[in-house]
Amino acid sequence: MSETEDVDLEQFRNETRAWLESNCPPEMRKPATSDADVFWGGRNTKFASEPQRIWFERMRDKGWTVPDWPKEYGGGGLSAAEHKVLRAEMGRIGARPPLSSFGIWMLGPALLKYGNEAQKKEHLPKIAAGLIRWCQGYSEPNAGSDLASLQTRAESDGDDFVITGSKIWTSYANYADWIFCLVRTDSAAKKHDGISFILFDMNSKGVTTKPILLISGYSPFCETFFDGVRVPKSHVVGTVNRGWDVAKYLLQHERAMISGMGERGVGRPLGQIAADSVGSDAQGKLDDSMLRGRIASFDVDEAALAACAERAVDLAKAGQAHPAFSSAMKYYGTELNKRRYEILMSAGGVDALEWESERSRQGARPRAWLRTKANSIEGGTTEVMLGIVAKRILDLPGA
Amino acid sequence: MALVLTEEQSMLRDSARGLISDKAPVSHLRSLRDSRDPAGFSKELWHSFAEMGFAGLLVPEEFGGSGLGFMEAGIVMEEIGRTLMPSPFLATSVVAASALNRGGNAAQKSEYLPKVSNGSLLATLAIDEGAKHRPLQTSLQAVRAGNGFKLSGAKALVVDGHVADLFIIAARTAGAAGEREGLTLFLVNPKAKGVSIERTIMVDAHNAARIELANVEVNADSVLGEVDQGAALLDGVLDIGRGAVAAEMVGLSEEVFNRTVEYLKNRKQFGKLIGEFQALQHRAAELYVDIEITRAATMKALQALDTDVAKAASSVAVAKARAGTTATRAVQEGVQMHGGMGMTDQFDIGFFMKRARVCEELFGDASYHTEQLARARGY
Repeated sequence: MSETEDVDLEQFRNETRAWLESNCPPEMRKPATSDADVFWGGRNTKFASEPQRIWFERMRDKGWTVPDWPKEYGGGGLSAAEHKVLRAEMGRIGARPPLSSFGIWMLGPALLKYGNEAQKKEHLPKIAAGLIRWCQGYSEPNAGSDLASLQTRAESDGDDFVITGSKIWTSYANYADWIFCLVRTDSAAKKHDGISFILFDMNSKGVTTKPILLISGYSPFCETFFDGVRVPKSHVVGTVNRGWDVAKYLLQHERAMISGMGERGVGRPLGQIAADSVGSDAQGKLDDSMLRGRIASFDVDEAALAACAERAVDLAKAGQAHPAFSSAMKYYGTELNKRRYEILMSAGGVDALEWESERSRQGARPRAWLRTKANSIEGGTTEVMLGIVAKRILDLPGA
Repeated sequence: MALVLTEEQSMLRDSARGLISDKAPVSHLRSLRDSRDPAGFSKELWHSFAEMGFAGLLVPEEFGGSGLGFMEAGIVMEEIGRTLMPSPFLATSVVAASALNRGGNAAQKSEYLPKVSNGSLLATLAIDEGAKHRPLQTSLQAVRAGNGFKLSGAKALVVDGHVADLFIIAARTAGAAGEREGLTLFLVNPKAKGVSIERTIMVDAHNAARIELANVEVNADSVLGEVDQGAALLDGVLDIGRGAVAAEMVGLSEEVFNRTVEYLKNRKQFGKLIGEFQALQHRAAELYVDIEITRAATMKALQALDTDVAKAASSVAVAKARAGTTATRAVQEGVQMHGGMGMTDQFDIGFFMKRARVCEELFGDASYHTEQLARARGY
C-alpha cells in the first residue's frame, strides 16, 4: 500500500469514527436481545423502536446497509480496505448492523455476479433500502444434504415458467416478500444440470406457507408450497439449467454468514456471565474449575476463529482465497456456537431451565440454546462441510 | 494490516524455504542425532543464515542486522518447523536478540548485537527451573556482593545451553518465588567460574542443557535492564519467544499434515485408497481447519507483537495455546493414519511428534496459556 493510500485510509477512519460517534444511537451500540429487536425490512415491516429507525435510516442514506456494493445499486461504494475500516469502527463501539437481510447476505452477492443489468437495477436498490424482504427456497423434504436432487418443477409455458412443488426449512417465508428459488427446468438432465435459479413474488397466486414449530418453541422456518405458480422467464438469474452455479456461489456467502453467527467478541466475556450464577472464589476465579477450563478453551478457540475470519476476508481481497474455504469456516463457526450455548446452559444451571416467565424473558436462553442446534444443519451440515473440505481443498479420492 | 503476506514477506519465505529444504531436510536432523554431533547443529548452515541476514533478522540495521519484524521472524520459524532444522535461530536471533535489543544499554547493544548479526555469538535465555514453565516462580538467587552480584541456583531446558557464548539468566534479586517484583536479568559468561553445564539429550534431538551456578560473580554492568524490575522485560521477551515457537509449530503441523494427506492418497487397503474412507476424510478435514485457524491466530499474534509487544499478551496466549493443541493433534493423527509405518524410526513422522512435544513445553504449554487468558479476562 502506498503512503498516500495509507493517509487517505487514516482520514477515512477518522471521519468514519466521528460520524458513527454522532450518528449511532446509544441503544444501537449493544447486541440485539431478541429476534424482535432485529430489523429485517420488507413491505410489512415495523420498527421495534425509534433508535432502530433512526440508525437504519442514517446508515441507509449513506449506502452503508451494503457498504461495499456499488453506489448505483444503493451501496456505499467502499473499497475493500475502507469496508474493513468501517467494520472495525462499528465493532469498536459495538454498533449493530442496521439491517439484517438474506437479500444482503445471500441474494445480493449472487445477483452482482450472475444477474443481468435489469435484474440488478430492479432488486439491489430495494434490498439496500430494506424495502423487500427475501427468503430462500432451497431445501425440499427429499433434498436436504443432497440438495441437487430437488424435485420442484418449473414447466415452460410461453414466456412463463409454471412452478409446482414444495420447499422446507424456508427461513421466515411467512414474512418474506420475494423468494429466490431453485427449480428443476430439465428433468432428463443429470441432477446438477437441470436446475434453474429463479426469483418471484411470494404474493403470486399459488404460493402458501406453513410455519414449522421447532424444539425451541419458535417457528423461524416454514414449509412453502407452490401450486402452479406462474413466473416470467425473465426472472431466471443466469442461464436456464445452470442454476447450480448460482446456487453454489450463493451457498458460499450463506456459509460465511452462518459461520459468523453468535455474539463473537462483543458484550461481556463468557467467564464473567458464568460468574454471575456460579460465583467466584477468593481469588476471583470462577467457582467451578472444570467449567472455568471449558470456558477458557472456548475463549482461545473463539479468538483464533476471529483471526481466521479476518484472514479469510484479507485473503479474498488479495485473490488468494480458496472458494471452498467458507465451508471450513461454516463447520467450525457453527460447532463453536453450539459449544458457547452448552457452556451458557451449564453456567446458568437451574436458572437457564425456565421456559415461560418474565424473569427468564420467556426462556430466552434455553430457546437460543436449542436454536443453535440447527446451526450445524442449516446451509449444509457439518458432515457435508467436512466432505467439501476433503474433496475440494484436500483433493482426497472419491470424496 | 492485512493477515496475508506482503510481496517482500513472500520473497523472504521463498528464500528461507529454498535454503532450509535444500540444506536441512529432516535427514539433516537425523544425521546430527545419529552421529551424536557435538554441536547439535550445522555451523556451516548457521554461517549461511548469517550471510542471508537471518541471524540478525530482528537486530536493528545500526548494529548490522536486517531490522525486520516478528512477522518475518515467524516466517523463518515456520520454515524451520517444516524440516525440524536444529538452529540457533530461536534462542539467539529471536529470544536473546530481543532481550538485548529491548533491555540492553548502549554499551551492551554495541558489544553483542553486531556479533549476533554476523553469526559469531550464540546466546540463550535461561528461565525455567522446575518441570513446568513458571517464570514468576524464578528462585535462582542473585545477592549483592561488592560492586556486583553473586548468582546461585539451577536452570533447565536452556536451549543451546552447551554451545552458547552468552547466557541471559533470570534471577531473583528481591522478593519471593511467585512475586513479580524482584526479578532481574543478568548477562553471564558460560565460562565464568562456578558455572557448570550439562548437555541434556532430549527426545527431539534438539539442543538443551541444564546449568548450575554456584556463587558465580558478575559485575554491575552485567545487569540487563533494571534491577528488581525485570518482569516486564521478561514478559515481552517471552511473548516474542512464544510467538516464534507458535510459528514453528504451524510449520511443523502443516508439514506433518501434508505428508499424512499424501499418504492417504497413495496407501491402499481393502482394494481402495484409504483416503476414500469417510472416517479418515472427515478427520483430515477437521485437522485442516484446525491448522488454518491456528495459522491465522499465530499471524495475528506476530502482528500484535510488531505493533506493540507490551499489548500482545492475549493474542500471544491464544496463538501458543492453539499451536500446542493443533500440533499435538496433527502429529497424533499423523502417526495413527500412517499406521505401523508411523511407529518406525526409519519414517520421519516420529521426529515431528517428538519436536511437537518439546515445542509444547517451550515457554508454556496450552494449559498455561489458556489459564493466562482466563486471568486476563477476569474469571
